[in-house]
Formats: sequence, C-alpha cells, structure tokens
Amino acid sequence: MKSIATTSQEIPIDDHARVDGSSWALKDKLWLGLSREEYKAMIVRNPVNWALFIILAIGIPLTIMRYFGGLDTVTNASNEYPWGLFLGFGLFGMVPLSASGFLLGTTVEIFGRKDFVPIERLALLNGLLGYFFAVIYLEVDLGMPWRLPYPMFVSLGPAAVLFLVAWHVATYLSVQVAEILPALFEWIGWLKGKRWIKSITIGLTIAGIILSTLHQGALGALFTYAPTKIHPLWISTNFIWIHFFCSAIFAGLSMVIIVSTMCKNFMTWRCDDRFLSNLDRITIGLGKGCAYAMITYLVIKVVAIAHDNEWIYLLTGWGQYYLAELGLGVVLPLLLFSFGVKNQKAGIIRLAAFIAVAGIVWNRLNTALICFNWKLYQEIPRWQEVWITLTVFAIYFMVYRFILYRLPILYEWKGDK
Amino acid sequence: MKIKKLLNRRTFLKGSLAGSAAAVSLSRSPEAKAATFEGYPDSMGVLVDLSRCVGCRSCEAACNEEQQLPLPEKPFNDFSVFDELHHGQKRRTDETRYTVVNRYEVPGLDHPLFHKVQCNHCQEPACLTSCFVNAYTKTPEGAVIYDPKVCVGCRTCMVACPFYIPTFRYSSAFQPRIMKCIFCYDTRLKEGKPPACVEACPQEALTFGRRQEMIRVGRQRIRENQGRYVDHIYGEHEAGGTAWMYLSPVEFEEAGFDTSVPKEPILNYVKDFLSIVPMVLTIWPALFAGIHLLATRKDGIKKQQQTEGEAEK
Repeated sequence: MKSIATTSQEIPIDDHARVDGSSWALKDKLWLGLSREEYKAMIVRNPVNWALFIILAIGIPLTIMRYFGGLDTVTNASNEYPWGLFLGFGLFGMVPLSASGFLLGTTVEIFGRKDFVPIERLALLNGLLGYFFAVIYLEVDLGMPWRLPYPMFVSLGPAAVLFLVAWHVATYLSVQVAEILPALFEWIGWLKGKRWIKSITIGLTIAGIILSTLHQGALGALFTYAPTKIHPLWISTNFIWIHFFCSAIFAGLSMVIIVSTMCKNFMTWRCDDRFLSNLDRITIGLGKGCAYAMITYLVIKVVAIAHDNEWIYLLTGWGQYYLAELGLGVVLPLLLFSFGVKNQKAGIIRLAAFIAVAGIVWNRLNTALICFNWKLYQEIPRWQEVWITLTVFAIYFMVYRFILYRLPILYEWKGDK
Repeated sequence: MKIKKLLNRRTFLKGSLAGSAAAVSLSRSPEAKAATFEGYPDSMGVLVDLSRCVGCRSCEAACNEEQQLPLPEKPFNDFSVFDELHHGQKRRTDETRYTVVNRYEVPGLDHPLFHKVQCNHCQEPACLTSCFVNAYTKTPEGAVIYDPKVCVGCRTCMVACPFYIPTFRYSSAFQPRIMKCIFCYDTRLKEGKPPACVEACPQEALTFGRRQEMIRVGRQRIRENQGRYVDHIYGEHEAGGTAWMYLSPVEFEEAGFDTSVPKEPILNYVKDFLSIVPMVLTIWPALFAGIHLLATRKDGIKKQQQTEGEAEK
C-alpha cells in the first residue's frame, strides 16, 4: 500500500471528490481506490498477511471443530477450571485494554482537553473493537452460544454480577458504536446522522463512564464468588473490583499508545499531519495519565494486602511470583512512564506502554488461571485452545486494520464534515 | 438405629406437609420473603457419618441407575477406583456421575475412611446466586435443582461452587448442560422419598430427615459417643449451611474436606461490590456533568469575550 500511495496522488482517499472533481463511489472507497489486481497485489506483498493466513488456515478448522464436536475437542474440558484461555485472555484481558474509549472520551468531551482530539477516534475504535471481540471470545467459550440474549430477554437473574457485566457490555457496545458512527457518516457522506450524534455526545460519554466503572469493576467482582479458590494475594474481596477498574485505566491508555505507535510506523500513509505531528506530545500526555493511574493501583494493591493481613504470603513462592508480577508489570513501567514524562521522551513511554499491557494481561491470566485453584493443580491449556485464541485475535487485528485503512480515524476527512 | 431412621421418616412426612404449606404461604406474600429469609424451615437434609461408611459404593450404583447416567467402565464393585488419581486429585463428580466415594488413609487409624461427595445443597447456594439466567432453584424441600432450558453455559456456577460440584457436559456441541446431583428431586424428594443413594446405603451411614432434625441427631451422636467424633458438623455453617452434613471421627481436612470454606454464604463476599452499583449510578452522572461544566467554563468565557471584542470594533 505504501508504494502505491506514493505513486498515486489520489490515494489514500480522504475526500468525497477525486482530483478531477468527480466523486468516489462507495465501492471505490471500499477498495481504497485500487483496482482488484492492485488490491490483490497489496495483500500478497505484505508478509503480515502470510502470517495471518497461516494462523487462520489452522485456526478456522479448529473453530469449526469446537462448534460441531463440542468444547472438549479443543480444550481440556476441565471441571476444576471452568474458565480457560478464551475467557482468561479474551474477556478478562481484552476488556481492560479497551477502556481507552471511555478514557479519551472523558478527557476530550468532559474535561474539555481538545489537545487530545487527534487520538480520540483511535481510542474510541480501540474500545469498540476490544469489547466486540471480547464478546466473540465469549461466544467461543459459552456452552450454548446461541443463547447469548437469554440473560437480556428470556430468563433474568438480576442479582448476579455476570448479569451486570452482560447488560453493561451490551449497552456500552451500543454506546461505542454511536460514538464511532460520526467517522462512518463522514466517510459515506451522511452529515445529518453525524450532527445528531454530536448533539448527544455528552450523554453518551457520561453513560460510557458509568458503564465502564461498573463492568470493569464487575469483571473483578466475578472472582469474589471464588474466595477460597484463588490465591489470597490475587483476591481481596473488598478491593478486587477497584483493582480491576484502576488497572483498566492505565491498560486502556497504554493500549492506545501501542496502537498509535504501530499506526505511525506501519500505516504512515494513512495518517495525516495533524496525527503525526501531535502524536509525541499526546503520547507523553497519555504516559502521564498512565503514571498517575499506576501509582494509585500500586498503592491500593499494597493496601489490600495490609487490609487482609497477608504479608506472610509474600515470603512463599507464590509471594515471589506476586512480587515479580507487581515489579515487572507495574513498578518497572511506572518508573519508565515517569522518566519518559519528566524527560519528554515519547520512545520511553512507548516501551513502558508495551510492558504495562503485557503486565495487565499477565495479571488477568494469573487471577483467572494461574493462581486459580492454587491448592489443586496447574492447568495447562491445550495447543488447540491457544491456537483458537490466537485466531480470534488475528481476526480482531484484520478488522481493526480494515477500518483504519478506510474511515477517518487517523486522519481528518477533507470533504464536508 | 432403625427406630431413629423410622422416626426420621415419620417426621419427614410431617415435614413435607409443613413444607408445602410454607410454600403456599410464601407464594402468597412474596414481598415478605426476601430480606429476612433464613432458608426453608422444613427443608430436608442428609447426615453422612464417616465412621459408618465402608466404601461399598452402593450409593454410586444407585445414583447411576436413578439418574440414568451412563454405566462406568469399571463396575461399581471394583474398588481399584479408590487408587485413581487425576492431576494428583482423587475422583470427583463429572458428567457421568453425580456422587463419588473416595478413600482416605488416616495416620493413626487402623482402617481407612470413606468420604462421599455429592452436591451439598446449600441453604444459600453460590451456584444459584451467581447465575445470571436464574437456572437454579432451591426448592422448599431443600434440593438445588437446575433448568437446562435457560442455561447459557457460562459456567460461573462451577467457579462459584466452593465444593466443586457442578460439572459441564463438555462432550456435547449441541446439548451441553450442567450435570449435578439434584437430591433426586424429580423422582423422589418431591414425593417425600429419600434420595436413591440414602436408600441404598446398607450401613446407615446416610441419615435422611429434616435438616434441623439432622443437626440434632448429629449433636446427639457427638454427645453420646464421647471422643469418637470431632465436635463439629461439617455443613451446619459451611457456605452458610448445607442440606448434606458430615460427621467425622478425624479432623475434617484429613478426610479430604476443604475447611477453608467460609462459615457464611459465598454471596456475602460479593455484596461489597453489589453495594457500590447504585452509588456509581447516582453519583457519577452528576459528578462528571459538573466537571464538564467547570472544565469548559473558560471556553465559554473566552467565546463571550471574543464576541464582545468584535462588537467593540
């Protein structure tokens, strides 16, 4: 794409009108203004696509097997570990990384920090896709995926934490769709819809904050149903919901830093000057937010240990593992974030963001899998389970890229807005 | 012992009458039952006496037949199953068996102890309270039953159960469901009969009757046989109280019981979070709308000054 973009002055499309004044048809916009042959050439040339192809070539048959043969054809079918990698990574890991939507929405729309506008849409899209694919992971894991709407409409159990998660994720998904629609409306040229969304932005954003606070917390609170199964260091029944919520703040911000870094390096043709020239400054701003959230998180993690008086566990092997998680996953990125912000070094902040995201996924896997049933035995996922998890992630990556190539997320639409 | 059992059955019949009466009155006044509900007063229970069980597995066989579960590879008179270990763990309930008996060699005891595992039918079941589609019901008779028609298969109940009882039919792609002991509710308990496993027990290791009565029986045995039992009825308070309760001659953890199970309903640990929900719903909108107004106040002033400046020109 890069080379085609440099040879043609019309590509990438960022306006309704062609250079000669005629307008792009929707079909042309979908094909990025390329002929079929050019598009195919673009796909084949990219080595990333080959890797994706290999993942899908094995992963899709495995997924079909899961749906027609039962969960036990691809997972360990454990009664001790009812939740495996699909939920451990897909739901508990993806949702905090998708907090970016409500965070940047709040920063820009509620706090009035218009200097973060260039990255707002990327953060919203990151949130929307993260949630959407968390639901996809859930659909892979659910025993009866065709009954997904049951908790909404058929048989309601409103006193359960998962009921809150289901409703909030569903509502928040629609809120996020609404928040990202203006980009689509600009692209297809339907301005009436955009104006209507604009008029309810504040309402949507505040709804986003409420829903996010509650369901990010609720994902943690789900584990309070198993107070005896999870290692005491990873579960504090009083604090876990606030641990999950607070860590989602820096996880979401760090994920936007990562995605924007990748866009800047590998999708430069699609970014406009406003995005590229502001990105370092914005990254430093986001890094500052991460640092504040992380120090808060670190303090309440320690407070939780003090509150439950679990110091003695720190001397055990589990305790060392816990300290490793906190040290590598929180303290190290916290120091890097602080250093980066103080010295205005966006590169350091990007490194910190990578570590922070890995650290938070590690924490969720620890809570859901590794430190779960710590008194029994350690479950190791089957390779098929790992591969399907990877496959869904690959599809997430492809959808993400497909949208970024087209909609005005990384660039400003030049046509009517 | 026979007399006691007969008595238990008689009191049970009375109990079931009272139970159904209670059910009628409860359904008449639904608003009265929520906050102060302390469990169905006449629900049934079973007292398992570890000192009487000889590990004959008759209960397993009876359960298998009653619940029409698939026959196991090894017959029920094959005692090599006691040596089976899976991931270092003794046998457990799964989609083919709702109850299992495990053998425990206890140091200092000349004979092994046998611990029967099945659903304990909690007074305030964690599976029920964690279920977001209300698939579980605690019946007035004391059984915790499950409705496969509404279950989504999220398996939160399996995470929530402190006794690791609900199991999932992972092997089926189109008809998966939770598989667990239902106290023989459909076929027996509803009609006032004891579950199949209790009836099959040749040792009278399992005593069936009203739960309140079973606690009294347990206390009596502990009192009358000084030193033969640990002074504790496992299940009287564990997880907020269970319908199935145990007496043991040795410390419970030596016979494979999880003594870290809290002496209160699992739901109590979740209430911390549930209580913040209304707070967030109420305070957040006002708080963030307020912050928005404060944060954008300067923009408004600037705009006003601009228009004034333009007017002056």
